[in-house]
Amino acid sequence: MSNTDFSSQNGAGGPPYANGPSQNPVALQPPGPGYMAHQTPYNPMQAKGPMPPGPGLYNSGPYQPIPPVSSNQALPGQPMLKRPPMGPQHSMTPPQSASPNPGSRIPPAHATPPPVSANNYQHAPAWQYGGTPPMGAPPSMGAPPPMAMPPLRPVGNHMTSSPSLATPQASSAEYRATPPVFHNAMQPLGPPTSLQGYTQQGSAPLLMNPMAAPHSYQPVMRAPYGGPPPSVRPTPPTTGPPMGNASPPLGPKTDAGPLPPQQPGPPTRHMGLSYPSLPPGYQNTSAPPNAATMQHPVQPSTQPYSHPPPYQQLSAGPAQLSPSLSGLSLQSQTPEALRVVNLLQERNLLPLGPVTPPTPCLPQDLQKINCHPEVFRSTLTSIPQTQSLLNKAKLPLGLLLHPFKDLSQLPVVTSSTIVRCRSCRTYINPFVTFLDQRRWKCNLCYRVNDVPEEFMYNPVSRSYGEPHKRPEVQNATLEFIAPSEYMLRPPQPAVYLIVLDVSHNAVETGYLDVVCQSLLENINALPGDSRTKIGFITFDSTIHFYNLQEGLSQPQMLIVSDIEDIFLPTPDSLLVNLNECKELVQDLLRSLPQMFGKTMETQCALGPALQAAFKLLSATGGRVSVFQTQLPSLGVGALKSREDPNQRASAKDIQHLSPATDFYKKLALDCSGQQVAVDLFLLSSQYCDLASLGCISRYSAGSVYYYPSYHQQHNPAGVECFQKDLKRYLTRKIGFEAVMRIRCSKGLSIHTFHGNFFVRSTDLLSLPNVNPDAGFAVQMSIEENLVDMQSVSFQAALLYTSSKGERRIRVHTMCLPVVNSLSDIFAGADVQAITCLLASMAVDRSVTASLSDARDAMTNASIDSLTSFRTSVLTIQQPGLLAPACLRLFPLYILALLKQKAFRTGTSTRLDDRVFAMCQLKYQPLAYVMLMIHPALYRVDDLTDEGALNVSERTIPQPRVQQLSVEKLSRDGAFLMDAGSVIYLWIGRNCNPNFLTQVLGLPNYAAVPLNMNMLPELDTAESQRTRAFVGWLREQRPFFPILHVIRDESPLKASFLQNMIEDRTESALSYYEFLLHIQQQVSK
Amino acid sequence: MICNRCLCSMVQLSLSYKMWDEVVYLNIHPLSLQIIAFDELKTDYKNPIDQCNTLNPLVLPEYLIHVFFCVMFLCAAEWLTLGLNMPLLAYHVWRYMSRPVMSGPGLYDPTTIMNADILAFCQKEGWCKLAFYLLSFFYYLYGMIYVLVSS
Repeated sequence: MSNTDFSSQNGAGGPPYANGPSQNPVALQPPGPGYMAHQTPYNPMQAKGPMPPGPGLYNSGPYQPIPPVSSNQALPGQPMLKRPPMGPQHSMTPPQSASPNPGSRIPPAHATPPPVSANNYQHAPAWQYGGTPPMGAPPSMGAPPPMAMPPLRPVGNHMTSSPSLATPQASSAEYRATPPVFHNAMQPLGPPTSLQGYTQQGSAPLLMNPMAAPHSYQPVMRAPYGGPPPSVRPTPPTTGPPMGNASPPLGPKTDAGPLPPQQPGPPTRHMGLSYPSLPPGYQNTSAPPNAATMQHPVQPSTQPYSHPPPYQQLSAGPAQLSPSLSGLSLQSQTPEALRVVNLLQERNLLPLGPVTPPTPCLPQDLQKINCHPEVFRSTLTSIPQTQSLLNKAKLPLGLLLHPFKDLSQLPVVTSSTIVRCRSCRTYINPFVTFLDQRRWKCNLCYRVNDVPEEFMYNPVSRSYGEPHKRPEVQNATLEFIAPSEYMLRPPQPAVYLIVLDVSHNAVETGYLDVVCQSLLENINALPGDSRTKIGFITFDSTIHFYNLQEGLSQPQMLIVSDIEDIFLPTPDSLLVNLNECKELVQDLLRSLPQMFGKTMETQCALGPALQAAFKLLSATGGRVSVFQTQLPSLGVGALKSREDPNQRASAKDIQHLSPATDFYKKLALDCSGQQVAVDLFLLSSQYCDLASLGCISRYSAGSVYYYPSYHQQHNPAGVECFQKDLKRYLTRKIGFEAVMRIRCSKGLSIHTFHGNFFVRSTDLLSLPNVNPDAGFAVQMSIEENLVDMQSVSFQAALLYTSSKGERRIRVHTMCLPVVNSLSDIFAGADVQAITCLLASMAVDRSVTASLSDARDAMTNASIDSLTSFRTSVLTIQQPGLLAPACLRLFPLYILALLKQKAFRTGTSTRLDDRVFAMCQLKYQPLAYVMLMIHPALYRVDDLTDEGALNVSERTIPQPRVQQLSVEKLSRDGAFLMDAGSVIYLWIGRNCNPNFLTQVLGLPNYAAVPLNMNMLPELDTAESQRTRAFVGWLREQRPFFPILHVIRDESPLKASFLQNMIEDRTESALSYYEFLLHIQQQVSK
Repeated sequence: MICNRCLCSMVQLSLSYKMWDEVVYLNIHPLSLQIIAFDELKTDYKNPIDQCNTLNPLVLPEYLIHVFFCVMFLCAAEWLTLGLNMPLLAYHVWRYMSRPVMSGPGLYDPTTIMNADILAFCQKEGWCKLAFYLLSFFYYLYGMIYVLVSS
């Protein structure tokens, strides 16, 4: 995640936003409609801990040398002019029915966008590992497969030498004879005419030390190149280089020497246990001493990619080639991801910093433009060729998406023609193949399509005839401004409806003050335009509407007491234009908390209130925010308490995880049909049956917030948390009437979706609202064998209406290699994504079957995959519990899941807490889910600036992540546990007095209050460091984690200790016991 | 045994001459509808909400017809045929008992029907039942003709 402040990205208060219409200063290009792009500088380098600062790996984009054309560049803070009209007005054509018709369009725009370069994203730091030698791990693999493979993107080979040959259409177009430069799309500037230039093109920009570049190519390899035209794109070896960066860079790597097959890894590693006889890789290409000091093994990485096998096949005889190539693969060493780890012997498995996702082993130029893992992530970064292979690996195949994530840089394209495949409607993306200048081949269905005339013009370089350099083909994540074909109806305005519980119980908690205050403060920051509408409904045993029509001197309350048959008293004036009636709205908000101060009504008719809300919004669609404090007791949708508190801990199996009534689900489906989303804020101290109530949000693509034991006085921490969340909620970006379609290459199909939405067809999600904090997960299955494919692609296209009333399409495309060996699949396993997907699956399982079933399934998942690894991949059997390095954290995460609130048994867990945790597991994006599952523990009493990050002039110390075991706690220290939605600061009994005084401002340990939620702002270096660190942790997520300072006597100590997942509890195994259990099962 | 069956068949024939065909046809009809419907869902032609709305009302009639059928066999003391139908009857009861929480009649929940496992299961169930009903149709037809001929 980018470390830019969330509030600055989304808060409505002023700072420029890069990725939203509402916040986006949009560039003007004076002459007519056309193409636009803008970007704000993105400081990728500081985004990730382990990244060395400096020119980014990703910065090698070709655009840097091009001076940005200023007229279109939206620098942050530089206000941009109005977007020009995009042509013909919204005819109410159904989306997708009208085919883009380039002929009638105004010719391509003349404005030049700024460099829409590839550096949107920072690269995973350890990309170079991805290039560790071709894996074919067992040396017996023989000649490298790439030889036989067709070029992934045979761009160059199909290049037409003369424009007139291009396509029949070329004649009709004023086709200027630009030289058919179809060389590597990412390297448009590189004039790699020489051999050297060519071979370096993929890798050179990535090298931190340019000296190393030449060494990354074997001299032998050069021979076949002969004199390749600059247009050949390197093709990946299919079974090729493993992606091995499951562990972050761990210090200097010295595999230059031929002697030990050394790999980066913790010092305690058992290197090459299973491949002891493997010769060290790349002996003949061993890096020079200067390269050896580099952090990443650059040379192995570049090697597999820098030679294009297909080209060699063309230009050189196999006889010439094979010795060098086979030599290559035979001498491969075990990739880091497959390094065998004996879990029983190695205790310290956690990486120093955050766990980084593996990098797919694609050619570098493709990988460079691949979708960022925070947006689009696959559980297996190497897709198995067949379903049976996938079954053998026993790992789940799925995608994790965060499609509407706040991005600090997002290219936006305005074009009257959105180029899509004619048969599968895939948007053109970086992974398509240009057969020649006039035709492109869809990477999902392999249909050959024509390139529209308009697409021939490249607004970036203002040149004609370079469709492969258009931003659409240069960015895996981008946004289109959709023409009217994508509208079923005119884009809806932003409509917000606030539904407040005002029964006695609700007033008692005092939440009304906070909500009204927060709304008052943020009323100008609500995303929207001049059409924004707002309305209010309150309810107890009756439903109260508020007439806010312009011209009234004060808001008028209309009470409907007939909750059996709800109707709208004055349909027109209940939803009012926010700008025109702002004063009335503010009046209402100021008086609302007092209005119900003395209410004695204890009943609460949530169901009818929701029905009223639905009726009110069904004409326009919009967002309903429901604040609810108790079990609904009146009218339709009334619920009964289903929880028996005495059974919480003892019950064998948890009941009542599924809804008690389908009222909320049916209403949610109705809402979904009318583009209404319902967000639920549950502030209650008693059981509220979230399992039933949550359905209203779940199927209408809303979100659920839950504040247990909320009370104005008794729970100040909860109030603060609620306030902060509410601010974020009110001001964050929002997309209305959205649909998301996930397409994937032929042969793959979507199995199941996880998240909050309604599935409208096999690949289409209906999302009445989409918010930047929503994550989705998708299980995939392989229906047809993916033989003959080198890579597969996934495309998620999110069509939404921005709060400014623009129809936009955000498209993410990810490309992954296809492999045919189990070891490659294991090498590409992404343990975090697997864990999250399993968690989502387990939630489903516990609802449809039972909790114990789900727990067993999770345990079995780890057992099965490790068994499969042991039997199918390992060639040499050894005692112990062996796991590949990339899956070394798998059992730990599974154990953490078993001890997570959602799935734990034996510990008293409130049903609502459990259900809420389940909701979050399904709905939160991966990064936050991982913290919920496996909190991060840091020692903070000795923070230093060593290795600190520098973010916007603040220094943020980076302590190392500790294992979650009490044994790591020492009494003379202070430890910070970041559990996602809550942060604990544990103070040891003999804590360094310096820390107490300098950070907490307390004289001694005894003075630590039992209920402390803030760090005082002291003017000491220690305090600044600690606060900077806590602040930085908080900025990384969209919700506000409360900080609890705890000591031994604190009531919260129990929940702190429950997060110590490596320890034994009365009802759950310790990590070591769990490993023994798995080992026992594995070796059966 | 055969005598017995003839007897019952005769009883049934006297009850309603054409019932055999029609009842089975009635049964087959909603089923083929269901299979087509699931196929439509899979191929993305229809909204699952609409689809479930059309399918759900068909479920109970199908089950009731089958129950009625079994009762008829019971009346006719047609034990073999009844025995053949009992497993399906039991399955229907179980299936309806374990349906998702729904206020209306029916089995199919639009929010879960698009789940590949459930969709595949429903489709498979439809095909199996269709096969069963078709086979029974011919068996009953045979029974009827046998009775007609031998009487």
